[in-house]
Amino acid sequence: MSSRRSRQSSATVSRISDDQIIELVSKLRQLLPEIRNRRSDKVSASKVLQETCNYIRSLHREVDDLSERLSQLLATIDADSAEAAIIRSLIM
Amino acid sequence: MNKYNPPRMNPSSLRSRFATRFLRSLSKINAKKPTASSSSPTEIFRRYRRIKVAADKSMAYSVRSRRTWSRAMLWKLRTRPCCRRSVKTSTIVRKTRHEKQNKNTTTTTGEDGVVFGVEADELRELVPGGEAMDLYNLLDETAHYIKCLTTQVQVMKKIADFYSP
Repeated sequence: MSSRRSRQSSATVSRISDDQIIELVSKLRQLLPEIRNRRSDKVSASKVLQETCNYIRSLHREVDDLSERLSQLLATIDADSAEAAIIRSLIM
Repeated sequence: MNKYNPPRMNPSSLRSRFATRFLRSLSKINAKKPTASSSSPTEIFRRYRRIKVAADKSMAYSVRSRRTWSRAMLWKLRTRPCCRRSVKTSTIVRKTRHEKQNKNTTTTTGEDGVVFGVEADELRELVPGGEAMDLYNLLDETAHYIKCLTTQVQVMKKIADFYSP
C-alpha cells in the first residue's frame, strides 16, 4: 500500500505534506464543540471530517430555524432605524 | 478581519459587518410587506426565504472575494432564477465545466494512509465551491466557513431574542 502515499497524482501547485494536513485537521478539531470537550488525541482524521459535516449541517439547520423565527417575528413588529441602532449596540 | 474577541467591539470585524448588512436587509424586507396579508402562511414562507437569502448574502458580502467559498456563494446568489438580470449564462456554464476539469482525484490520503474519499466528498457538498477544491484548500475553507456560520448564528440569535416578546 506504499503506492498510496505518493502524492504525484494531485496536480496542485505545491506538494502538500502530511504535516500540513494534520495541522488543518487539528485546526478543525478546535472548532468542533464536542471533540474539543473530549480532549482525547485519538480522534482519527476521518472522524473529524465526519463531525465537521454534521456540525455544518446543524449550523445550516439553526440558520433555517432562526430565519423562520425572524420571519414570524417580523410579521408582528415594525423595525425602524432606531431599533437597529439599539441592536447594533447589543450585538457588539 | 476575523477578530474573535467578544469583549469590546471592533468596528470592522466580521461580526459587525455582517450585523449591519443583515439589519439593513431586514428593514428592507420588513418595508416590503403587504399590510393586508402579512400573517398568511404563504407570506411568512416567502419572507422566510427572503430572510434566509439575505443572511447568506450579508455573510458572503462581508467576506467579499477573499475566500473561495464566499466567491462561490456570491456567484450562486447572483445566478438565482428569480434575479437573473443580464448575466450571460453561456459564459458561466463554460466556467463551471472548466472548474470541474480541475477537480483533483477524490481519493487523497491522510496522515494515517487512510483514504478520505467519502467524508471529503460529503464536505465538498456542504461547503460552497467545494467541488473544485483540493483537500488542503477544502479543509482551510471549511474552517473559515464554520467560523462565519457561527458568527451568523450568534448574530441572528441575538436579533431574534431582541425582537421576541
